[in-house]
Amino acid sequence: MWDYTDKVKEHFLNPKNVGEMEDANAVGETGSLNCGDALKLFLKVNENERIIDASFMTFGCASAVASSSALTEIIKGMTLDEAARVTNDDIADYLGGLPKEKMHCSVMGQSALKKAIADFRGIQILAKPGEVVCECFDVTDLEIIDAVKTNGLETTEDVTHYLKAGGGCGQCLDRIEEVIETAKQAQEN
Amino acid sequence: MDVIYTDNNATTKVADEVIETMVPFLGQFYGNPSSMYTFGDEVGKKIRRARQQVAQLINAQPEEIVFTSCGTESDNAAINAAIKAFPEKKHLITSVVEHPAIKNLFSHLAQTQGYEVTFVPVDKKGRLDTDILYESMTQNTALISLMWANNETGVIFPIEEIAQKAKEKGILFHTDAVQATGKVEIDVKAAGVDMLSLSGHKIHAPKGVGVLYVKKGFKFLPFLIGGHQEGGRRGGTENTAAIIGLGKACELAKENLGLMDTQVKGLRDYLESRLLKEIPATSVNGDTENRLPNTLSMGFDAVEGESILMLLDRKGICASSGSACTSGSLDPSHVLMAMEVPFKSAHGTIRFSLSHYNTREEMDLIVETLVPAIDKLRQMSPFWKDGKMI
Repeated sequence: MWDYTDKVKEHFLNPKNVGEMEDANAVGETGSLNCGDALKLFLKVNENERIIDASFMTFGCASAVASSSALTEIIKGMTLDEAARVTNDDIADYLGGLPKEKMHCSVMGQSALKKAIADFRGIQILAKPGEVVCECFDVTDLEIIDAVKTNGLETTEDVTHYLKAGGGCGQCLDRIEEVIETAKQAQEN
Repeated sequence: MDVIYTDNNATTKVADEVIETMVPFLGQFYGNPSSMYTFGDEVGKKIRRARQQVAQLINAQPEEIVFTSCGTESDNAAINAAIKAFPEKKHLITSVVEHPAIKNLFSHLAQTQGYEVTFVPVDKKGRLDTDILYESMTQNTALISLMWANNETGVIFPIEEIAQKAKEKGILFHTDAVQATGKVEIDVKAAGVDMLSLSGHKIHAPKGVGVLYVKKGFKFLPFLIGGHQEGGRRGGTENTAAIIGLGKACELAKENLGLMDTQVKGLRDYLESRLLKEIPATSVNGDTENRLPNTLSMGFDAVEGESILMLLDRKGICASSGSACTSGSLDPSHVLMAMEVPFKSAHGTIRFSLSHYNTREEMDLIVETLVPAIDKLRQMSPFWKDGKMI
């Protein structure tokens, strides 16, 4: 059983700010059904770019629900600029920590928040350089190559542990293996 | 809070009768069963009795029973013995839905010793593709190892038919019967298997004891080389109390086998029908016509397994999940993925596995807990709206 803090359990059992917000003027979505984790974040932002209300809908494990609930509590009352500085570590810290295998739940919160802010401001999030290999965890080939080179990763399993890439639906595992081989060959040359 | 235990495919309660049988051998009777004096031989006699009790449960001869430390050791010992017996044969066959004790060892042999392994697929109901299995048998095949029944879905494989085909081709056949033992009748003679694994803690004996049945005549080469214990097939001083407890558990399992097809199956079917009726967008994973009487794998659309388990846990209900997030890895259950169970229900799959200790009242409490739990999770799911999946 996961070693969840009391705060994680409390936010899972009694999550705050649950549900679709009819009059939201900013929405950010991340994850997918296939990946086993998904979050839809709703914000109501006033004319001063202050978040006056936030709610969420989450499909996922207890830490995904707790992270979503924590996120909405953290950002309510913040300006969008302040909210943009919220990191996944802030979410995890608010909950008193998350098991390392569950940190991706807090990453999902940060990602949905970024998308919601961009949605409000009507801007497109600049794509990360490289080609997205893992759709579930939004990991590109360049990130995998960098992780392989920097950390001496050898297998797809290593990459999954390090970047979470391939840890969702698993449809990208063959592609990850190709990228690892490419990185290794580049190192040898 | 009382515990409602419905995770018997993971482990079982040690039967009171088993504990009573074991206790003297944890204290008063501590002699080494290999000793030449009476104090030790008293223990030896009890081990011989346990060997008979195990043999009777699976219709084997006592000398065909090798005590091990667990099902995994039995599986590993069987595979290692087979490849040592036929070192010139470099092909192995198993299925995609095996326990890691088989699956991972076969993958290891492929990676490190150049074995070619055929992982036979299953269909959407978890049934083995026997056409592919039979086509893959060759003169080069050293061993076929297949589970008698699947731990997640309870789906039973046609072991007797496969063992017969293996015999015709001169291929050694091992079955991992860890989940089937005590739930359906196991007759090694009728089935025609060469080796069979079972595990104590799945049949109300303690953890840390298992059995490998080795058909008389097969030149079994030991996995643990040491003293003369187990007829030289597994060295090491016997785990006496656990073995004696396992003997008693096998005797009880034989007596209680009838309850599986009546009481336990009745409770399972009752739980299944109530959940299907009272929770929309719910499905049963696996072949419902041919599965263990105690096992129910249900997928609940649009919700995730760990969240369901945690809401059940609050009411003391123990079950398990096929979802990724309950395990150390993020990978979904390899069994559900092999069956191509849609992601919408695979992530929300819960396995209930019952025993004769369960009651109808417990099934009612599970339903009463699960109905609002699923509803609560669906209310917050972005994939659920107006009573259906979106």
